[in-house]
Amino acid sequence: MTDLTVRARGLRKRYDDVVAINGLDLDIVQGEVFALLGPNGAGKSTTVEIFEGYRKRDAGEVRVLGTDPAVADRAWRARIGIVPQSSRDSAESTVREIVRHFAGFYPNPHDPEEVIEQTGLLEKADTRLHALSGGQRRRVDVALGIVGRPDLVFLDEPTTGFDPEARRQFWTLVRGLSRDGTTIMLTTHYLEEAEALADRVGVIARGQLRAVAPPASLGGRDRATARVTWTGPDGPRSVETRTPTQTVAEISALFGGEIPGLTVSRPTLEDIYLTMIRDAQ
Amino acid sequence: MRTTAGSGERVTAVSPARLPGTTRTGLSRARLELRVFFREMDAVIFTFAMPVMLLVIFGAIFNGSVANTGVSYRQYFIAGIIASGVMSTTFNTLGATVAIERDDGTLKRLAGTPMPPAAYFVGKILFALVLSVLETVIMLAIGVGLYGLRLPADPGRWVTLAWVFLLSAGTCTLLGIAVSSIPRSARSAAGVVSLPYLALQFISGVYFPFTSLPRVIQQIAALFPLKWMCQGLRSVFLPDALLPAEPAHSWEHPMTALILAAWGVAGLLLCLKTFRWTSRLGG
Repeated sequence: MTDLTVRARGLRKRYDDVVAINGLDLDIVQGEVFALLGPNGAGKSTTVEIFEGYRKRDAGEVRVLGTDPAVADRAWRARIGIVPQSSRDSAESTVREIVRHFAGFYPNPHDPEEVIEQTGLLEKADTRLHALSGGQRRRVDVALGIVGRPDLVFLDEPTTGFDPEARRQFWTLVRGLSRDGTTIMLTTHYLEEAEALADRVGVIARGQLRAVAPPASLGGRDRATARVTWTGPDGPRSVETRTPTQTVAEISALFGGEIPGLTVSRPTLEDIYLTMIRDAQ
Repeated sequence: MRTTAGSGERVTAVSPARLPGTTRTGLSRARLELRVFFREMDAVIFTFAMPVMLLVIFGAIFNGSVANTGVSYRQYFIAGIIASGVMSTTFNTLGATVAIERDDGTLKRLAGTPMPPAAYFVGKILFALVLSVLETVIMLAIGVGLYGLRLPADPGRWVTLAWVFLLSAGTCTLLGIAVSSIPRSARSAAGVVSLPYLALQFISGVYFPFTSLPRVIQQIAALFPLKWMCQGLRSVFLPDALLPAEPAHSWEHPMTALILAAWGVAGLLLCLKTFRWTSRLGG
C-alpha cells in the first residue's frame, strides 16, 4: 500500500463533551486531489489538523506519508506543506523576505523567486503582507506551503471570501500543483470548488465519512434519474427518466428535429450533498 | 533524531542530516526579526526613547548625592535605568511579541515546518540581546555625555558587566517567553507583561536609592531579578564609595549571580512546561 499518501482507520477525537470525529476511515492516493466536504462543525478541520500533526487523536490509526503524524519528525515535516485556514501573521515582512525565509527551513526547497512567480506574486514581491488583498495574502500562504517542495499539501478552506475571479485563478494554481505530481488534500464548503478540483470527494458529517467518490458519481449521481424539460405546444413539459437519450430521441421525432427549450439535468452535486447531510442528522 | 515507525515505507526519505540546522535557521530568524523590528519606526522609537526620557526627566528633577557617599543621584540611577531598559527590551518586548505571534498564527505556521523548534528561541534571544546592547550603549552615551559618568578603567569591572549583562538579559528573555503564555489574546499581552515590570521598577532601586525604601519593600524586591540587575550594574559603573549605601554594604556578586541564575532556570523550566505553539482560543 505504498501509494497511499494518507490512511486513517477508526479515527476518533472528542473535545470535552463534544465528539468531533467518530470513527473516520479515509484513504488518499498518491498524486490525487482529494476534497473533504462538510458543514461547519462536521470535523473537517479537526481531521486535517490530526493529519498535519497539530492535534493528537484519541483513538484510531493514522499514517501520513507512511508515518504517524503524532510522532513525526522534522524529516516528515519537510515533506508536507500546510496552507492554514486564515492568516494574519508576518504583516510587516515583504513577500520576498518571508518566502526566502521559509525556504531556508527545507533541505531541498524550490527557488523562492520561482515560487513567487508561480503564485502570481511577482509584482507584489517587495510589498509587505499587511498591504496585500485577501486573495494575494492567500497566495502567500500557498507560496509558504509549497516552497519546501512537499509531496503532500493541505489546503484548509483556501478560497473562503474570494471573489469569483480570484477563486478561478486560485483553482488554476492548484491544478498546476497537482500536474506537478503533488498530492493535495483540500477542505472546502464550496461544492463547485470540489467539483472543479477534486479527483475524489469525501463528505463528512457528524464526525464520520458518509461517502467517497469522484464528484460526478457521488451518491449515485451519475445513475440517478434525469429530468428532461422542453417547451411543448401547450407550454413547458417535463419528464423524469432513466433513459434520457431515448426520451430526447422520441421528442425530437415528434418535433421533426430541434426541440424548443430542451434541457436534460441530473441532480447537482449540491442536491446530493444536501441529501447526505440531512440524512446524517 | 527519532526514527518513526513506518519510515521504511518512505519513497523519498529525506535524511535528517540534510535538514538545515538550529544555528543556521536560528540566525535566519534573528535577522528577519531585527529587520522587521527596525522597519516599524514607532516601536523602535518607543522602545529606545522610553528609558532615555526617564533618564533625562529624573536627571532634571534630582540633584545632589546619595547619603553622604559623594556619588551623584544621576549616576546612581543611570545603572538602574539601564537595568530597567534591559528588562524592558527582553521581558516586555518578548512577553508581548510572543503572545502576539501565538495569537496571529506565526507560531502555528512555524510549527508546521521542519524548522528546529529551538531556532525560534535562538532568534528571540539574539533579537533581545541586540536590542539590549543598543539600549545600554545609548544610555551609557547619555550618562557619559550629560551626567559625568566615567566608564570603568578596571578590566575586572568590564568582566562584571559582561556576566551581569548576559545573565540579566538571558533571564529576562526566558521569563518574557514564559509570561507570554498568560495573556489569552494579543490584545491583553502588553497589559499583562507591564504589570510585573512596573511594580518591580518602583521597588527595585531603579529611580530611588534602594536603601531609602522601607525595609519590607527591600526584602520583597530582593526576591526578584531587577533589584539584583540594578545592584550588579551599580557595581560596574559606580565607585566603591557607594558601598555604605548598599543594603549589605557590599556588591554581593555571588548572591547576584545566584538569584539571577535561579530565575533563569525557573524561566527555562516554565518555558519548557508551558510553551504552546497554538493559541488556546480555537485554531
